[in-house]
Amino acid sequence: MSTTGKVTGIVSNLVTVQVDGPVAENELCHIDLKGTKLLAEVIKVGGDKASVQVFESTRGLRCGDSVEFLGKMLEVQLGPGLLSSSYDGLQNNLATMEDVFLKRGEYTAPLDHTKLWDFVPEAKVGDKVQAASWLGEVKEGWLPHKIMVPFSFKGEYTVKSIKEAGQYNIDTVIAVLTAEDGEDVEVTMVQKWPVKVAVKGYKEKPRPQRIMETGIRMFDTFDPIAEGGTGFIPGPFGCGKTVLQHAIAKQGEADVIVMAACGERANEVVEIFTEFPELIDPHTGRNLMERTTIICNTSNMPVAAREASVYTAMTICEYYRAMGLKCLLLADSTSRWAQALREMSNRMEELPGQDAFPVDLSAIISNFYARAGMVVLNNGKTGAVTFIGTVSPAGGNLKEPVTESTKKAARCFYALEQSRADQKRYPAVNPIDSYSKYLEYPEIISYLDEKVEKGWVDLVIKAKNCVRRGREMKDQIDILGDDGVPMNYHIDFWKSEMIDFAFLQQDAFDEVDALCPLERQKYMLNLIMDICSRDFDFEDYEQCRDYFKNLINDLRQMNYTGFESKEFYAYKDKITKLLESNGK
Amino acid sequence: MASKAYQKIYTHLEAITKATVSLKAAGVSNDELATVAGRLAQVVKIKGDLVTLQVFAGTEGIPTDAEVTFFGAPPTLKVSEQLSGRFFNAYGQPIDGGPEVEGEERQVGGPSVNPYKRRQPSEIIPTGIAGIDLNNTLVSGQKIPFFADPDQPYNKVMADVALRADVDKIILGGMGLTNDDYLFFRHEFENAGALDRIVSFVNTTEEPPVERLLIPDMTLAAAEYFAVDKNEKVLVLLTDMTLYADALSIVSNRMDQIPSKDSMPGSLYSDLAKIYEKAVQLPSGGSITIIAVTTLNDGDITHAIPDNTGYITEGQLYLRADTDSGKVIVDPFRSLSRLKQLVQGKKTREDHSQVMNAGVRLYADAQNAKTKLENGFDLSDYDLRCLDFAKEYATRLLSIDVNIKIEEMLDTAWELFGKYFKPEETGLKQAMIDKYWKA
Repeated sequence: MSTTGKVTGIVSNLVTVQVDGPVAENELCHIDLKGTKLLAEVIKVGGDKASVQVFESTRGLRCGDSVEFLGKMLEVQLGPGLLSSSYDGLQNNLATMEDVFLKRGEYTAPLDHTKLWDFVPEAKVGDKVQAASWLGEVKEGWLPHKIMVPFSFKGEYTVKSIKEAGQYNIDTVIAVLTAEDGEDVEVTMVQKWPVKVAVKGYKEKPRPQRIMETGIRMFDTFDPIAEGGTGFIPGPFGCGKTVLQHAIAKQGEADVIVMAACGERANEVVEIFTEFPELIDPHTGRNLMERTTIICNTSNMPVAAREASVYTAMTICEYYRAMGLKCLLLADSTSRWAQALREMSNRMEELPGQDAFPVDLSAIISNFYARAGMVVLNNGKTGAVTFIGTVSPAGGNLKEPVTESTKKAARCFYALEQSRADQKRYPAVNPIDSYSKYLEYPEIISYLDEKVEKGWVDLVIKAKNCVRRGREMKDQIDILGDDGVPMNYHIDFWKSEMIDFAFLQQDAFDEVDALCPLERQKYMLNLIMDICSRDFDFEDYEQCRDYFKNLINDLRQMNYTGFESKEFYAYKDKITKLLESNGK
Repeated sequence: MASKAYQKIYTHLEAITKATVSLKAAGVSNDELATVAGRLAQVVKIKGDLVTLQVFAGTEGIPTDAEVTFFGAPPTLKVSEQLSGRFFNAYGQPIDGGPEVEGEERQVGGPSVNPYKRRQPSEIIPTGIAGIDLNNTLVSGQKIPFFADPDQPYNKVMADVALRADVDKIILGGMGLTNDDYLFFRHEFENAGALDRIVSFVNTTEEPPVERLLIPDMTLAAAEYFAVDKNEKVLVLLTDMTLYADALSIVSNRMDQIPSKDSMPGSLYSDLAKIYEKAVQLPSGGSITIIAVTTLNDGDITHAIPDNTGYITEGQLYLRADTDSGKVIVDPFRSLSRLKQLVQGKKTREDHSQVMNAGVRLYADAQNAKTKLENGFDLSDYDLRCLDFAKEYATRLLSIDVNIKIEEMLDTAWELFGKYFKPEETGLKQAMIDKYWKA
């Protein structure tokens, strides 16, 4: 018989329960509020008292209300139909809820149990299989969705029988496996997995080998993120964090995108709901929504489910990774998740760490980032989960616990900056403070040598140095005045402005400029760095400024026109003429 | 004697703080209302049979033998068309001398809209103020605060915006309004002859601060009635949210919670989000737009209140006294409407976003020139032109006393570009220059 209990205390969504039997940490329970079952999770046990965080509003709850423990942790259902779905943090399907308002205790099925899928078997009777081995395949949109041996299976199994090709729903037993001890187990197209446990079932996790293209010059060229890599974007509000993240979601070179809207604005999610179905994936030409799953726990939804939402999203990514697919997980924002942890820790009256956050915050964050990565599956194929999280530092001050903890865990750092945003220099990523550790990986350097051109990373570093030098010159000019510095200070400054305006800045709302393929980035960077390597001769700094402003203007117009179009080359010719008039 | 739970009267308080009382009581539910010595209170914590209540009117003079009666239900508001034109206090009781409102009794602070059922905001709310319409266009279903120092005329601007906006209902939630400001709003609304489409919930500085905590929920319950039941376009004005947050911190402090930044409760973000996220565009056509005021302490936006607000709202508007033009302007650098691209160039002229960006960029160049000037450096011809441009731009477009149509704002901007700059200095797209440039 399962454990039951009675409510003995309520502070907001923290409820204490007197239990009559064994309970497990993170075990789920239902609290009965006049017939409505509120889902909650055990977060602390002391004696016969369990503290549970309730994933719903506790309004109207009383002491003495009964509690039933479910004997399992928070799980997600994994199977065909996850893509193009929109879930809340507990994987309830938001689209199938009828009311305009979210009703407490309303739980909807994550997957469609009636839909038929075209199943094609891949394993044969007698095959030896283990957890995550591929048994067959269905087409989910255009993606090959592998039906796998459930991740929870331990040891080796033999395929006893497998369904022939045909149309089945997800509950159909598609294979029977015989365990080592001779017991037969049935496998359907759907399996369950507890979200807080990392999915294993792969052979190894090597270092990342290649970069994930985003079409954003600032990322791909200056600070590329690797496939299976991790990165984070901290920034004060109003710096374009969301626009940037949506651009990555739209353009990121990945098979599957999972977006976790964690404690952020509902209208931003609505933007995804509205725009994605109409957008085309630039890499496959298919509808963008077909490869996207949205996990949505907006800021007004129950706080406790925020934490669940990022884990749910990660588990779905790991599931698709085990099929040999490239997944991209975007979480906006991990600070809200950390704040949810803080609220709970506070209500439990734990001794607080810095800024009242729980002391194990850093460990929780780094454990989560560690679930990303590229893996080699048991069958030799590879899959990847690339993770980009945003951080919303209080007051825009990066010296706060969430940013600092994340900096230790993530390999790429994209520092959004208020002053750049104020000047409308978008994306407002500071090119000097930001970094990608992947540019130091020999694997990535040689990959880029091949993919872009020999010596590409050297050119990128040269460009970065140009920007840095320009910044230093600007500081000098500001101190000494325009006339107080030698001409080459002005020239170096304007060279860096040229890189900034014509390369780093990018108009996310312009049809052409929003997506800049690597090939085009290569062309533009070479063109700009060629200009930077020239010597110029000016009579005064005003002439210098006007000259570079003209150059910048033409380069920007190039960005707005189709790559290698007539107009594109017309601007290029203008630039060539300008260069012939000065420059050596 | 058998008595129902809500009739039972308790007469022994275990503890009293400035904002809360605790007593032993049974069968009490979370969030429910009660009266303590005749004052309204709400259950905030239950630990075994010890119940903690937050007393909205404060606990001054409450004795340990005060009578406590539980209602068995959380705060409610009676909603109907009769709300229109009326003024209420934080409990939803009339303060204008009129009769009680008849209508359906609804719980306030109800559930959230399923994000999947929301619609994307797409209707512009024109205000006539170019600093808003041109640079930071408002959209119905948006939530946006004014970040303003206490000495700035934010209530005046907000009243202007509300009365010019094309909406069916305006609902004012006044928290810690001075009596003068309360009378100002009343006067403005009456003068505009718009009283029948306005509902006000007001807590003045003369009333206890903890009462303020009820104002946003009351205001938004009324807003939801008109937007959801009546499919109306509703504009909600909340002023001043800083005083609301201060009241939150008082209660959490009395409950011995560990404060996070700036002695605010750790749940400040969620508390504010619950209010602001009521802004919505509903599938049925109704909408709730929220314009709020968050007063700053000497312009400090890193304080926990404006900081958390900024992460929740869809942009923010800053007012600033501009010394060059001598006007109060909407600061073009720090102000932002996150939803503007949903309407700019779509519901307005195609050149809107380009003109906006060019204007702000050139205004930024003028600020750089000003810094140079202040540091004693010589100005170039371009710098001087930027400064002249900035002055006229501030006077004719950024100032809050501007009241013109959006087309006129765009034309004015082109006129200024042509007057002070060469086309290539503006960074505008060539196609736009070809079409709109005014030499």
